[in-house]
Amino acid sequence: MNRVRAFITANRSWLPWAVGGAFLAFAAILPLLAIEIPGVFPGASYTPGTLQLLALCLLFASLALSYHLLFGTVGLLSFGHALYFAVGAYGLGIILENTELELLPAVGLALAAAIVAASLIGAVSLRVTGISFAMVTLAFAQAGNVIVRRNPAITGGEEGIRLDIEHVPDFLVGVLNTRNLYWLTLVLLVIVYLAVLWFEKSRGGRVAAATRENELRVRVIGLRPIVIKLAAFVLASALAALVGMAYLLLQSGATPRATSADFTLTLLVIVVLGGVGSRWGAIVGGVVYTLLDQRLTSLAGSDAIAGLPDILRIPLSEPLFILGTLFILVVLFLPGGIAGIARSAVTGRGSLRKDRDELEEVS
Amino acid sequence: MSEPILRVAGLRAQIAGQQVVEDVSLEVPATGVTALLGRNGVGKTSTVKGILGLIERSGEVEFAGDRIDREPTHRIVQRGIGYVPEDREVFASLSVAENLRLAERDRAPRRELVAELFPDIHARSAQQAGTLSGGQQQMVSLARALLNDNRLLLVDEPTKGLAPRIVSEVAVALEKMAEATPILLVEQNLQVVRRLASTVVVLEAGRVVFAGRAADLLDDEEKTMSLLGVHSAEDAA
Amino acid sequence: MSTVVLLLITGLGLGALYFLIASGLSLIYGLMGVLNFAHGSFLTLGAFAGFELARRLDGASWGTFFLTVILGALVGAAVAALTELLLIRRLYNRHIEQVLVTVGLALASVALFEGIWGTDPIYVSAPEWFSQTTEILGARIPNDRFILIAAAVIVLLGIVFFLRYTRFGLVIRAGVENRSMVTALGIDVRKAFTVVFAIGGAAAGLGGVLASHYFGYVSPHLGGSLLIFAFIVTVIGGLGSLAGAAIASVIVAVLQQFANFYLGGTGDLVVVLLLAGVLLVRPSGLLGRKA
Repeated sequence: MNRVRAFITANRSWLPWAVGGAFLAFAAILPLLAIEIPGVFPGASYTPGTLQLLALCLLFASLALSYHLLFGTVGLLSFGHALYFAVGAYGLGIILENTELELLPAVGLALAAAIVAASLIGAVSLRVTGISFAMVTLAFAQAGNVIVRRNPAITGGEEGIRLDIEHVPDFLVGVLNTRNLYWLTLVLLVIVYLAVLWFEKSRGGRVAAATRENELRVRVIGLRPIVIKLAAFVLASALAALVGMAYLLLQSGATPRATSADFTLTLLVIVVLGGVGSRWGAIVGGVVYTLLDQRLTSLAGSDAIAGLPDILRIPLSEPLFILGTLFILVVLFLPGGIAGIARSAVTGRGSLRKDRDELEEVS
Repeated sequence: MSEPILRVAGLRAQIAGQQVVEDVSLEVPATGVTALLGRNGVGKTSTVKGILGLIERSGEVEFAGDRIDREPTHRIVQRGIGYVPEDREVFASLSVAENLRLAERDRAPRRELVAELFPDIHARSAQQAGTLSGGQQQMVSLARALLNDNRLLLVDEPTKGLAPRIVSEVAVALEKMAEATPILLVEQNLQVVRRLASTVVVLEAGRVVFAGRAADLLDDEEKTMSLLGVHSAEDAA
Repeated sequence: MSTVVLLLITGLGLGALYFLIASGLSLIYGLMGVLNFAHGSFLTLGAFAGFELARRLDGASWGTFFLTVILGALVGAAVAALTELLLIRRLYNRHIEQVLVTVGLALASVALFEGIWGTDPIYVSAPEWFSQTTEILGARIPNDRFILIAAAVIVLLGIVFFLRYTRFGLVIRAGVENRSMVTALGIDVRKAFTVVFAIGGAAAGLGGVLASHYFGYVSPHLGGSLLIFAFIVTVIGGLGSLAGAAIASVIVAVLQQFANFYLGGTGDLVVVLLLAGVLLVRPSGLLGRKA
């Protein structure tokens, strides 16, 4: 074990890439294999049901990554990130339904809409900082939620919007093509990952990290933190919109739940669960959360639960109750999240203290 | 000499992750005024705040023989430490009377003493503290520390930004306070230091570079210049 | 004319409801820097507590109504105080983590409410007078509006009195201004935290019972939907300002009513636009201190 640790410590720089590459390759050939994990996958890994679930995991991982860019990298606590996911999903849905555009131009148009919306709303919201910023982004997202629910003629109202497949290429339509949709979400995850990485390594990203620690210091050097924050806000929103579009294709529709404050809170839960400030944490958090959510939902409906006395049955039959409680426990006792646990397992020492400090700097 | 009232050993303190006190060890005798000196930004205020636990700190702090470096601020203060912060920090939206009432810890606060020592602010009880002049606010801040029967006072730059006439008024008040209670005084005005302090401690870059009798420093023109960057005589102006 | 009066008084009633939530949010934020996402759950729980009591007694009697109001306030206060003691206090001064914990609590508690009471609205019974109307300047105003307005005024006066004339009130006012100086005067400011949470929880719990009469039902999402407007109210009024919260509650709710009536149900959007406008002109809110 010690030898393994020594090896890991010595090769820290390329190891994550090697592991990541291996996982990526594995994920890519998964639809061609017949892997069964009872209790996690509904069927073998090549079946549409399992691929659908895995694709959803990847989408949540991508969305969590885009939220990580806001919260983990720049330190912006947004409660309105779901809005841009919704702009992507609903925007693409509405364009496909009402115009003769092919899929790609429609995607471009919806993306442009998301960027415009994010620029405007971001510019206004960033006039305030900290908790006020959180509330203001929440308010704008709520406005989006209202618009979606109040205009059933365009958005489908409470029923949600359905994907109009007329201009969607055949290989992305139908249960038999779930495999292709799965690969699409995998490619999207890679794109989002690279975009986030690019931002973090860029000059702007490094300034953003410095801003998080000490805004005053950055101002003194003469850089305008607000411009970089806005750039991060728009980039994260654009990525979320892309994920929203993939979601529309995968699920053949979208519901108003995608625009709700609860949905953004879910992202926050994912990122904190995975470990604030960690890209891998966001991805793992997204996958774990989606699987947990699915499993807990089917657990809630199971006979084992139905037979329990009320005091156990009621809490256990509510997945969100369990996830919410889990979240509270993670914040209280494991501030580093999954990434924190992994890190201290690898390095063999508790690094929770440090993670706690990192999280504190965000405030 | 008797036991010191306050003993600090290896104090380190940080603000927002930045180390502002590197390693401070000092003692405050049980009587008289000890002045904490040094140029701007060497960590004088942070040392005082570190002693009180107002900023994150490590190291040993012993007050009247008890370790207090792990206690929360209010507990430390309840042991009998009065604090007069830099920039007064009176509660601007509260009245003078409310400011004083908030500070009362003892069962029998010394209201008469305060009224006698600061007749000016006593007359302005109902006025909002934020509307007072700087000098008056300083009186309120001193009065807050004086209301209770403290065993030590930490007084941070009480004459900063005040007119010369007010400075001497503050000095008189401090002199009277020092008769009963030992004081650790952060002060830039060397004339005031000369008048009040028997002992001095000089900081530089978060460390103690001189500790001894006040006269040993202030009578040595060269040493004063090199440690504090000012002439001890010229400052009188 | 009668329409305007009706909209105005209905707006005031809704504003009263917003204020009952926003007052607690604003006090808690002002003193502790914590944005309490679980505040809506305090309201919902107060409403369900009132419903459960009314169900067991005579729901149509005034005595029951007053008992439910008191019970709602007590339940809100107790749950809020427990939240502070068990969850918030452990994360002293870690504002972001404190917010996260309240987010988790909000998610978990709403799910629990759904588990216990189901997702459908439950209709509540009230004294007959509530469903009658009173004529003012030709407008027939539903009586429950007056109860709401009276309750909000009483709560406002009660909080102001508490802040001005009690020792805790003094500590809270001083703490809002400069918390660390309060501790430097030898005062354990954490006790004030619990008190502020309890007061905010009481106002929210009471608001929950009244909201159930205003809307005519209780549901697990009652608090959450009101909470968002309470957030908007606190930002517009200025975080930490009680008077700001009171003024902004009235402005937001009245504006919402008028826009809903005259601009085709656009009340919610107009409120968000108002928020954007206020932020552009005065980022610290109407009565907020400059950051």
